[in-house]
Amino acid sequence: MQVPAPFDYARATSVAEALELLERHGEEARLVAGGHSLLPMMKLRLARPDWVVDINDVAELRHITEEPGRLRVGALTRHAELLGSEVVGRLFPIVHDAERVIADPVVRNRGTIGGSLAQADPAEDLTTVCDVLRAEVVIAGRDGERVVAMPEFHRGPYETACAQDEIVTEVRFPVRAGQGSAYEKVERRVGDWAVAAAGAALVLDDGGAITEAAVGLTALGLEGLAVEAAAVLVGQRPDEALFAEAARLAAAASAPVEDGRGPVDYKRHLADELTRRVLRTAAARAGALTAVQGG
Amino acid sequence: MQVTMTVNGAEVTRDVEPRQLLVHFLRETLGLTGTHWGCDTSNCGTCVVLVDGLPVKSCTQLAAMTSGHEVRTVEGLAGGAGLDPVQQGFMAEHGLQCGFCTPGMMLTARALLDRDPDPDEATIREAISGQICRCTGYATIVRSVRWAAEHPAAAATDQEVTA
Repeated sequence: MQVPAPFDYARATSVAEALELLERHGEEARLVAGGHSLLPMMKLRLARPDWVVDINDVAELRHITEEPGRLRVGALTRHAELLGSEVVGRLFPIVHDAERVIADPVVRNRGTIGGSLAQADPAEDLTTVCDVLRAEVVIAGRDGERVVAMPEFHRGPYETACAQDEIVTEVRFPVRAGQGSAYEKVERRVGDWAVAAAGAALVLDDGGAITEAAVGLTALGLEGLAVEAAAVLVGQRPDEALFAEAARLAAAASAPVEDGRGPVDYKRHLADELTRRVLRTAAARAGALTAVQGG
Repeated sequence: MQVTMTVNGAEVTRDVEPRQLLVHFLRETLGLTGTHWGCDTSNCGTCVVLVDGLPVKSCTQLAAMTSGHEVRTVEGLAGGAGLDPVQQGFMAEHGLQCGFCTPGMMLTARALLDRDPDPDEATIREAISGQICRCTGYATIVRSVRWAAEHPAAAATDQEVTA
């Protein structure tokens, strides 16, 4: 039987109360939301907090709010709620692409966007999604809120800008006219971590040329965006040869490691192939958007 | 610490260790052993129960986190009218062999049918994709859920249940 080591439990009902509990209990306090990263780690003694602060009742963290020019998503929003949100799917189809393949439907009833980003597992999908959408993360602390861009927030595997005594409260996605986005993952079976995955967001102007591009990879040893791949796309009209070149550059920027999910060559092949696929889909979706807005 | 929650319609209050997982609270503290305990790693899904109507893996939730919420286990599926249509479907279509995954499968099916009374095969397969069956290969489970969808008002008599 796997059971966590003993700890004390406290439940917060507001961000202020959660921050106060974190401050009072210091270094050995951990927040729990969905619990699907922390509790397994506690069972294996990879985490051994003295205090667990439950933030599931912090209602102010659970919302999806559409505003002019941006979408605000509360950190406690469950994967299943993102997947069920019409506005999320309409503005950012990449989020639905990713959510369909994050864990399984039952786990998605508990896991949260804030937890996924804050845990920062190297095979976690939403970090890549937020990278390519150029999202910002809101972090609350004793001295108020700060807003950090994804490259600043995500420092590497299991490491973010959110300090021990702070809470991720919100993710903000900028809405861009003419944007299309897509995510695709290869996994060995439902619910497994990614063997490899790629995400892309493209903005097309009225003439059909790419004005903004972002490409990201998951579980492929690349932190942040594939900058070279994006650079060749900007200013061009989408076509297969262009996508092939961008995919080649994305694969070259990847640094996969061999593990039980596959050898390096295979993973680099996936970086190339998945990048092509998400660029195709993102371009088609951007085109559809442009057509609707233009028509 | 003390937890209070509604389990199958009845309020229960118990003293628990904060580290007690919901699955062990149900099985050991309350004696509701219909909820099975399998992989312990939120993979197999045999421990699925409904919390506030949604399927969750009870091996990856603390009893403490469930305090104040409503839990439904397999023991709460049958009502005054007899077995739930899902339970009848699993009997009619041979949805189980060893029965280990069955409680979790049936609860997920109940939650699915509550929000989508007429799911197609792909929808059913997606809904149970976080739960593992090692006997039937899923085909009969899918048929069982379809049976329940097609017989929403089915109420088993005692005779049918014991037959």
